[in-house]
Amino acid sequence: MSTLAQYLITGVSQGFLLALLATGFVIIYRVTKVVNFAQGAFVVLGGFIAYSLLGVGVPHGISELLAVLASAAIGLVFGAVTILGKMGPTASLMTTIGLAIFSEAIAMLVWGTVPLTFSGLSGHDIEIGGVFVQPQYLLLIGVSIVVLAILWLVLDRTYVGKAMTACASNPYAARLSGINVKAMGLLSFAIGGALGGLGGVLVTPLFPLTYDSDVNLAILGFAAAIVGGLTSPGLALAGGLAFGVTEELVAGYWSAANQTAVALGLMILLLLWQSHRRQRVEQFV
Amino acid sequence: MVLPQVASSPPAGVGPGGTSPILSVDGLVVRYGAAVVLDGVSLEVGAGEMVALIGPNGAGKTTLLNTLSGILSASSGTIVRRGRLAHVPEGRELFPELCVDDNLRLGAWRAASRDPAEVYELFPKLQSLARRRAGNLSGGEQQMVAIGRALMAKPELLAIDELSQGLAPTVVQEISRYLVRLNVETGLSVLLVEQNARLALELCPRAYVLETGRIVADGPSGHLREQPAVQRAYLGGHVTT
Repeated sequence: MSTLAQYLITGVSQGFLLALLATGFVIIYRVTKVVNFAQGAFVVLGGFIAYSLLGVGVPHGISELLAVLASAAIGLVFGAVTILGKMGPTASLMTTIGLAIFSEAIAMLVWGTVPLTFSGLSGHDIEIGGVFVQPQYLLLIGVSIVVLAILWLVLDRTYVGKAMTACASNPYAARLSGINVKAMGLLSFAIGGALGGLGGVLVTPLFPLTYDSDVNLAILGFAAAIVGGLTSPGLALAGGLAFGVTEELVAGYWSAANQTAVALGLMILLLLWQSHRRQRVEQFV
Repeated sequence: MVLPQVASSPPAGVGPGGTSPILSVDGLVVRYGAAVVLDGVSLEVGAGEMVALIGPNGAGKTTLLNTLSGILSASSGTIVRRGRLAHVPEGRELFPELCVDDNLRLGAWRAASRDPAEVYELFPKLQSLARRRAGNLSGGEQQMVAIGRALMAKPELLAIDELSQGLAPTVVQEISRYLVRLNVETGLSVLLVEQNARLALELCPRAYVLETGRIVADGPSGHLREQPAVQRAYLGGHVTT
């Protein structure tokens, strides 16, 4: 029982990391129609920047905050490269993959190939239902919930959030209304960068990252986002949690070597089921 | 169909050939790649004037409006605008998943005030639909939202693309009445782009005829209605709607 609870807590925190990534995919895709495969790079760069800032004596809290801001700025630059030209969706997708490989190269040059970590939230393990949990897990879960909730409120309730929805819904009409659709696209990339960076600073104390961790993260984050057709933040969260928990259960009860394969197999099944369902609906229309 | 009569004529000294047109387009050429869509279009809209632009499908009417709004760029020619232009696009182009109120407010992105009170005053029906999703409204209600959203930008010139498209005649009549009232009461200039020439010529005192990218006729709507070529192409038994 306690082993299961342990796996579940690890899985849920892994799930929230994926949800942060998936939400980044969704926000960028909705506004720009670009699938940003550099999403995982924000996690790695965010984690590494926080590591370096802590290393030169910048206190906890400030280091993490600066790392998130830096990730947002990196997101902005990636967005500028991807959307300011007149690339189509396919070319933009390749560009984001190129940017991901480029950031891996930079990360390897600056931080090397050894897995990096730093100490997270200090304090005694907290007992929940007979299981002792490191406080950092709870921090990851708690901060993710708060940030995703605030983000949802901003998108759903504020004028700027509605303008972003307008760009997603009808870019032509948004332009006619005077909304700068490219600027909104850049904003979505900055938010995607910040979400990835936040995931990075929260997860590095739990699972050390290497320069190339971004590939796996981007694939799993994309898998979570595709659950909601790349447009639903709520389903992306559900997808993130489902994949996170599945991965941990497979790793715990079977083998860590199989965890990603099983999670991605689950994604393929979901996609097949979705396309099958859509076809049945179309038959009746 | 009985249409509202336009009570106002353009103020003296403005309008075609006048001193202060609100919009004046001269020798406009727009290309899509090698294809020339607009080939030297010139037209004017005076302050407080309602002007129609009629022509068949594919003549370049929508291209002209998209160029005036800055969505497309011209290869040559000049566009001089005094004041803001708001564009009500063909097919309404609302934000379907947002509510009516949000659709209206987003029209004010560059305006000083986001309060849609004046639009609700003009279209009282929209007030009761304020919280409804725009995508769930009827065609006529959507057209009111589209016009209202454009008005939120506080324009001096309203360019409307296919006002009547897909709407029942009574609905067209209702919306036309609002439009004429707006023109008379606030002095808003209107450029009405329509395939339904009969409607456009009745609503607007002056009109241009656009065919394959060129203005082929223009003048007071009464005169245009009398021209055999216009009658044959737009008002006869083979009205292109």
